[in-house]
Amino acid sequence: MTFGKSERTRLALTGALIGVLAVILVVSGNPRNMGFCIACFVRDIAGGLHLHTAPIVEYIRPEIIGIVFGSFAISIIKGDFKPKSGSSPLLRFLIGALVMIGALVFLGCPLRMVLRLAGGDLNGIPALLGFISGIAAGCYFLSKGFTLGRNKNQSALEGAAFPLLNVFLFVLFIAFPALFLFSESGPGSMHAPVALSLLAGLLVGAFAERTRLCMAGGIRDIILLRDFTLITGFAAIFIAALIGNLITGNFNLGFSNQPVSHEAHIWSFLGMAVVGLGSVMLGGCPLRQLVLAGEGNADSASASLGMLVGAAFAHNFSLASSANVGPGTNGKVFTVFSLVILIAIAAIITKKESGK
Amino acid sequence: MKEVDARGLNCPEPIMMAKRALIQSPEGIDITVDDRAALENVTRFAKSKGYSVEKKESGREWRLVIRK
Repeated sequence: MTFGKSERTRLALTGALIGVLAVILVVSGNPRNMGFCIACFVRDIAGGLHLHTAPIVEYIRPEIIGIVFGSFAISIIKGDFKPKSGSSPLLRFLIGALVMIGALVFLGCPLRMVLRLAGGDLNGIPALLGFISGIAAGCYFLSKGFTLGRNKNQSALEGAAFPLLNVFLFVLFIAFPALFLFSESGPGSMHAPVALSLLAGLLVGAFAERTRLCMAGGIRDIILLRDFTLITGFAAIFIAALIGNLITGNFNLGFSNQPVSHEAHIWSFLGMAVVGLGSVMLGGCPLRQLVLAGEGNADSASASLGMLVGAAFAHNFSLASSANVGPGTNGKVFTVFSLVILIAIAAIITKKESGK
Repeated sequence: MKEVDARGLNCPEPIMMAKRALIQSPEGIDITVDDRAALENVTRFAKSKGYSVEKKESGREWRLVIRK
């Protein structure tokens, strides 16, 4: 798959593809402004797996399985598959869990934040400002020497375990659906046909692997390096989804009555600040973690499993926001707590590294 | 010439190492990476700063000779 002349062209094409697929998935049944949402979909999978019992968000989302397997397949074909792990796997698990909870306070991962903005949901603006602030904080620590340490090469099985686990889940989902929980109402009950969702996921996984598209990386590279390459993908997703939403009548400009959204701006800001900081610490946004896990990076698989567990905790302990209402007390307290924990981890490691 | 070992590090850490090393040693550095993302990102970064980059591949590692 060699497409496009420059890196920037490839990122623009990939972003446009993701934006168009997101619009198609919404037209085909996914909740509005949720063609893709790594946080929401991992949360639905957590529900489907009985890890939480919020009845409106339970489904085995084939998009997630497709993204991991698409990245796995293309990385093997292109010789990029490289089993490795050992770079603070437990810290990555924890950071992944906190990123997930922050995203569920806002009600969306960075990808859905862009899709919400492209659907006219202006509540995405405070979220974007929070995301940028979190990334800026992460960049400060990176520039001072923050690192989660070196990984080591591992056996092929260590690298393939997570992608194969996803395949196993998909086989069970198709063959024995009675094993899982499925929402009868709410966002979890709204989904595109399985084959379409899987295909969309496979395409996104494969193209995101080739281009290393990352929602956090674009802003990070601008702040740290004045490099505008990676932001191209982010911008292309926005433009393609905006045009698609206008054509399909799914564009509704404003703050109120937005799909799976709330107007608690401070918490949108702080929730996405957690996501921004955590994503920089992990080396990429939730989408990028799934793609890296597909390439054989078991540390990113650990972060992805952290996201799954974080999603379960978010619903079991009422940390996630409710649509139209926003976060409850637990969610507010935990958002601040998450920020403090992330800053503490980053500061402790940075101090140790700068002393070397 | 200053040697930098960025093997086993995930992006953007290799770029940050290259950036810091080039501040200490502005005439150039030799940096070893073992990840395609790091290879491409460090190369792009060094070129954007006006350096030439020569790539030497050995197995799954690349040694980048970055010079003014």
